[in-house]
Amino acid sequence: MNQYDGRKITIILIVCVIAIIYVIRLFFLQVVNSTWKEQATALTEEEIPLYPPRGIIYDRTGKMLVTNQTVYNLMVVPKKVGAFDTTSLCKLLRIKKEDIDNLFAKARARGEFHRPQLLVEQITPSDYAAMSEQLYKFNGFYAESRTLRVYPQSVGALFLGDVGKISPEEFKKKPYYTKQEYLGKSGIEKAYEEELRGIKGINYAFRDNVGNIKEQAGDKEDKPATPGTDLVCTMDADLQAYGEKLMQNKRGCIVAIEPSTGEILAMVSAPTYDPNLLVGRIRGHNFNALNNDPQKPLFNRATQAQYRPGSIFKLAQSLTALQTGAITPQTRIHCNRGVIGCHGSHSNDDLEMAIVHSCNPYFREVMHRVVEANRDKGSRFRDARLGLEIWQGYIKQFGFGTDVHCDIPGVKTGSVPGVSFYDKWYGKEQWAFSTIYSLSIGEGEMLVTPLQMCNMACVIANKGWYVPPHTVKQIGLGGMPREEYMKRYQLDIAGDYFTTVINAMEKVLQPGGTAWRAAPDGIVVCGKTGTVQNAGGKEDHAVFICFAPKENPKIAVAVYTENAGFGGTWSAPVATLLIEQYLNDSIAESSKPREKIILDANFLDR
Amino acid sequence: MSSLRQHPLANVDWLTVIVYGIMVLFGWMNIYSAAVVDSNPNPFDISQEYGKQFMFILISAFLAFLILYMEGEFFNKFAIIIYSVFILLLGLVLVVGTTVNGAKAWIQLGGFALQPAEFAKIGVGLMLAKYISNTKTSFNSWKPRFMAGLIIGLPAVLILLQPDVGSLLTFVAFILALYREGLSGNILIIGLGAVIFGVLSIITGFNRIDYPYFGEQSGVFILMSIVFVIGTIFMFLIRNFVVPRNRRKLYLITFLSTTAALGFSYSVNFMVDGVLQKHQKTRIYVTLGLEEKEEDRDAMLSDTETAEAAALPAKKKDDPGYNARMAKIAVGNGGLIGQGYMKGPMTKNKYVPERWTDFIFSVISEEWGFFGSFAVVALFVFLIVRIINMAERQRSQFSRIYGYCVASIFFLHLLINVGMVIGLAPIIGIPLPFMSYGGSSLMGFTALLFIFLRLDAERLSVFR
Repeated sequence: MNQYDGRKITIILIVCVIAIIYVIRLFFLQVVNSTWKEQATALTEEEIPLYPPRGIIYDRTGKMLVTNQTVYNLMVVPKKVGAFDTTSLCKLLRIKKEDIDNLFAKARARGEFHRPQLLVEQITPSDYAAMSEQLYKFNGFYAESRTLRVYPQSVGALFLGDVGKISPEEFKKKPYYTKQEYLGKSGIEKAYEEELRGIKGINYAFRDNVGNIKEQAGDKEDKPATPGTDLVCTMDADLQAYGEKLMQNKRGCIVAIEPSTGEILAMVSAPTYDPNLLVGRIRGHNFNALNNDPQKPLFNRATQAQYRPGSIFKLAQSLTALQTGAITPQTRIHCNRGVIGCHGSHSNDDLEMAIVHSCNPYFREVMHRVVEANRDKGSRFRDARLGLEIWQGYIKQFGFGTDVHCDIPGVKTGSVPGVSFYDKWYGKEQWAFSTIYSLSIGEGEMLVTPLQMCNMACVIANKGWYVPPHTVKQIGLGGMPREEYMKRYQLDIAGDYFTTVINAMEKVLQPGGTAWRAAPDGIVVCGKTGTVQNAGGKEDHAVFICFAPKENPKIAVAVYTENAGFGGTWSAPVATLLIEQYLNDSIAESSKPREKIILDANFLDR
Repeated sequence: MSSLRQHPLANVDWLTVIVYGIMVLFGWMNIYSAAVVDSNPNPFDISQEYGKQFMFILISAFLAFLILYMEGEFFNKFAIIIYSVFILLLGLVLVVGTTVNGAKAWIQLGGFALQPAEFAKIGVGLMLAKYISNTKTSFNSWKPRFMAGLIIGLPAVLILLQPDVGSLLTFVAFILALYREGLSGNILIIGLGAVIFGVLSIITGFNRIDYPYFGEQSGVFILMSIVFVIGTIFMFLIRNFVVPRNRRKLYLITFLSTTAALGFSYSVNFMVDGVLQKHQKTRIYVTLGLEEKEEDRDAMLSDTETAEAAALPAKKKDDPGYNARMAKIAVGNGGLIGQGYMKGPMTKNKYVPERWTDFIFSVISEEWGFFGSFAVVALFVFLIVRIINMAERQRSQFSRIYGYCVASIFFLHLLINVGMVIGLAPIIGIPLPFMSYGGSSLMGFTALLFIFLRLDAERLSVFR
């Protein structure tokens, strides 16, 4: 024993103090502070998204309209590329040496030299098959499969819509997507994006310290991708194809709806184009060509063009006037051509014959009686304000001035001018019926879309109600449409009033009517022609709406042909041919001459 | 007490042997986890680190038994010779050694390489024990201090020539053993003071400051000015408040300590700035949090892109804090119960540097969590305290001193190795005893420990 024996305690104390400091530090690192774990996860884990196949779209008869095809993107990880035979690789991939050099330089600048870079996009399966035999020789190059849309029927481009890379604005708004993802841009693809896209899966993988991805998850279980839901759309592919054929060499559009369900059977916007043009590597080139085409093939005239309706609007006028009590079916009005012109020989029609003859003075007076009904005894101007308010309420019930509650993205609402519109235009109490009478015959400030025109035909066919026009019949094969497309919008107009209008429309296609030449054999079509004048001496727009058969209607059609001439001559035959095709599945011999005239017609240069 | 020769394994402290066994096998398990690749999972594959380590374990076990079957007296008698042999080896390595990681530290023997520095500690321990027990010194004169310094310094200088700063640092451990034998306690206080003052010097010296009149100079001069002012104030305080007969001594102490402090901080700054190699300098700066603002980086790292950037190999090269940070992240990722054996993402994806050697503690911490890392620290503390207690029960001073040397070496390795993993010490490449991969270190530590166990087994029959 000596005097230094106590130093054992000092030394043990030093050891213990250090150990305690270390254990406390460990406790803080491992248990208290969770940021280290977050960092470890950020470093080591990679969430590889698994993209599900997009839903397939069928037509109402079961034909496949939109499906997926596999293409290959050729990727390269610059860091892994060893020495290689540049010439043979370039020959194999059909690229230039500079392309590779540029890509590598870009990757280096971005600090992504170890990350996969896209070298060649969307190689077709047959091209890829030829490449893949050779590709293994080149380290760092590999192919990734992607899917593209393909359209086996080549019809209904705007109806079906397209799929494209997400835009920066969309990316900000929609957290579901990554920067490089594709999503529906228009049509059904956009409206039913959430159904079609399915649910992305996640493959949890590890990333090692040099950036290699190991396809082996940790404890987290991978989430498999849920494939997109298949859709049955309301379109009849044969009808659509026939409609597109009839509208060849014309500008304009067709909308055909099944009145009882609101299902859009065909929607043609001419000139049309093959949707397959806007897919894959050719997309960019073709898109520019279509976008620069003065005929505007990418513009969906059926839902976005806003036209003056012309004479077909007299149908809505008649029903509004009957419901408000301004006239009865028996009301006769003298065809006074002093204020407003007319055509044909008639002088004192009742309502039915006024519709058949499309008598302008008659409907001017009809609207006069609706708008100026002496509701305000003091002032003609205030009276007109009250009357126009009522009138506008009825007109809007037909769907005019609204989106008709349809599921098509980007529809225009058109315009039903009301009190505030004219107050702004002329000043308060500065206008009366005499100022706005051109509304009465569907001219003036009134703007409607062809979809709305067809919807009016549906309202008449159903005698007072409509189901919102929609494009998808079944979500999931055998499924239901969205709930909002199963309910009726009931108009505030008594069913009996429709009988007069329908009888008149029947006569339009009988000898003496404005569209009698277009009537097909054996089918009772009820229709109304319109001829919309154009400023600047251009040819009139030809308009026609109709439905058939008269009893238990199966189809309503609106046809708008720009700069064609008389509605009865150029649009009515298109509509009746479609009806024939739809109801009989064929065109009768007696209708062939009409078909030939339409097919031969060319109004593109007008 | 019978004078009959007992069985060699009688009186061996089996508890220590069991702790040793646990550490070695647990270390091997974790080396396997750190080094295994899926394509080659055979733990005994001799071409892989874990297979080699298994072989080292077998050799070490053989060595341990060999030592236990020897006479303890041998180590006392041959201490000088053993010491000399290791000094010779350290000299030899400078001539014929192979260079790994910048240090000429390895002697190639067939397929295997020996690192004499790992064995030299045994020689120094034995030699110190021999010298002190022979002279019965308690270091109150300069000669024994000088002799002890020479015994430690000779191999230290040879190791510095390799140069292997890590191994060199472990020789500091012997001061604890000397302290136990009577070296003034001031050495510990001065040591602690030097560490604190040194850190201050490095921190202030890290920045260059634009001084009035002198232009841009190292910031350490601010610290030196403060020291000078404090010294001067003390001088005045002594003149005004201390009785004259005591003044002379206090003046001297104040003058000497102020001068020493000024000289020390200047030379630390000079060392760091002028003598140390760039990577060593950087390691010190990183540990002191100067080279990069760690907290800022941590905040940025939560962003995936930055995390990816951190993973870039290019980034790694010019990121001085990379290894330290990865080690810390791996430790933190362990949590309370760990990611599970063979399942540590930082380990498995090779983020942890030097996984099976110097940073094996990171691997253990990630896969076994706080429980595991605590257990390892506790096991070491248990071993060290046990050796100290065993040393204290020796009748032979030789055995006691050697025991303290062994405990001190284990302690210093624990201090530096675990400290660097958890970010409390600079990155200094020394192994965690019994657990890090490496034949030289495992055999060296085994011999170090089992020589003491042999000496301890003879404690009842030997007076030296």
